[in-house]
Amino acid sequence: MPTSDPISIEFPTRRRGQISPPDAYAELRARPGLVKSALPNGSTVWLVTRHEDVRTVLTDPRISASPTHPGFPTIGRNGTVPHPDQIPGWFVAYDPPDHTRFRKALIPEFTVRRVGELRPAVQRIVDGCIDAMLAGGTTADLVASFALPVPSLVICELLGVPRTDRELFESRTQILVTFTSTDDERDAAAQDLLLYINKLIAMKQRFPGRDLTSRLLRAGVLTPKEISGVALLLLIAGHETTANNIALGVVMLLLNRQWINAPGVVEEVLRYLSVADRVALRVAVEDVEIGGQLIRAGEGIVPLGAAANHDDATFGHADQFDPSRSARHHVAFGYGVHQCLGQNLVRIEMDTVFGSLFRRIPTLELDQAVEDLPFKYDGVLFGLHALPVRW
Amino acid sequence: MRVNVNAQRCIGAGQCVLIAPEVFDQSDDGTAMVLVDTLDDSAQTVVREAVRACPSRSVSLAES
Repeated sequence: MPTSDPISIEFPTRRRGQISPPDAYAELRARPGLVKSALPNGSTVWLVTRHEDVRTVLTDPRISASPTHPGFPTIGRNGTVPHPDQIPGWFVAYDPPDHTRFRKALIPEFTVRRVGELRPAVQRIVDGCIDAMLAGGTTADLVASFALPVPSLVICELLGVPRTDRELFESRTQILVTFTSTDDERDAAAQDLLLYINKLIAMKQRFPGRDLTSRLLRAGVLTPKEISGVALLLLIAGHETTANNIALGVVMLLLNRQWINAPGVVEEVLRYLSVADRVALRVAVEDVEIGGQLIRAGEGIVPLGAAANHDDATFGHADQFDPSRSARHHVAFGYGVHQCLGQNLVRIEMDTVFGSLFRRIPTLELDQAVEDLPFKYDGVLFGLHALPVRW
Repeated sequence: MRVNVNAQRCIGAGQCVLIAPEVFDQSDDGTAMVLVDTLDDSAQTVVREAVRACPSRSVSLAES
């Protein structure tokens, strides 16, 4: 059983001035058992770093995704997402069988074929953003003018959210995913978003459109209240994560220009960056052994996606950015029943972005040294606050 | 070799369809379906990739 005494490390561990995951992860993976870590709020959790162990954690039925269980980890002040009690339909926080009903109602909207039908709309949005950037001069902040608007506009199109409301949901989401936000800021942001989404649902009930929200309302499998939670979750999850992958992915490709247009770029960017490193928080609801370590019921677990995706035992020379590798089994979107619902849409967005940006702006280059870029060290997700570029 | 999908376990993530569209498809409700009865050698490599990537461990290979 436990093969070593637990040690404590500082967590969240920061990626200091670099895009790849924290160097400390390699050392954590090499330790027998799991590593115990103290969170900023004083509670302790088990960090899981090996690919196989992370997958086991994310599929073991004795381990729960529900913050209603005692011992569920909260990173930051007040947790990282709205509490499910506040928002019915926030189904990432449900376990089967409750979760299953939501997943089944939603998955037909996200099959490979269905999201493939969105490709022309994605292309149109990407081209529009590039047109605007080119019209604006020879420099830009690629986050504000491209990486953020592209996924935001795509999720607007999918959910039937007016484009003009982008500022509202982008700014409030930013507050929710920043560790340093105060409880008051967080509560106010969540309230604003809830109010907004409830108004949207009321509008869709009266004036249905050809969007996902209207189809869910018409299907009647989920209640309007639940659909509010679902729409809010998709809205939040749909833009911030993808924006970070786009911005950092562009940096990766500018640093490794030989891989521009190579097949396999999207999967390798997803694996290498693993921007949602510490998103899938869990708690044991029964005693369970993971990676040779006994975890007691009620103990919190943090499976680290970036650590798993840089496990040399699974991905040879994992620290190398190599789109020619087979990286499909990465856990950048999580694993198990909670694996990202929108992953195939994200792939289409990234593929369209990387395919179009360097073709239309072949002279694109960074306008700031990589080590000086404003990385999101204070966020639930790794990313960039801004990305100065020129052409 | 034969390829099997456990439709009860499948969560409709569509990874197998993305990796090997000549072997897998998805029904309208998202459940994965196998399009071929047996696999030739060249298809086995890519199907093994699908087995490895499936988030619900629903895809398996067996001797036919």
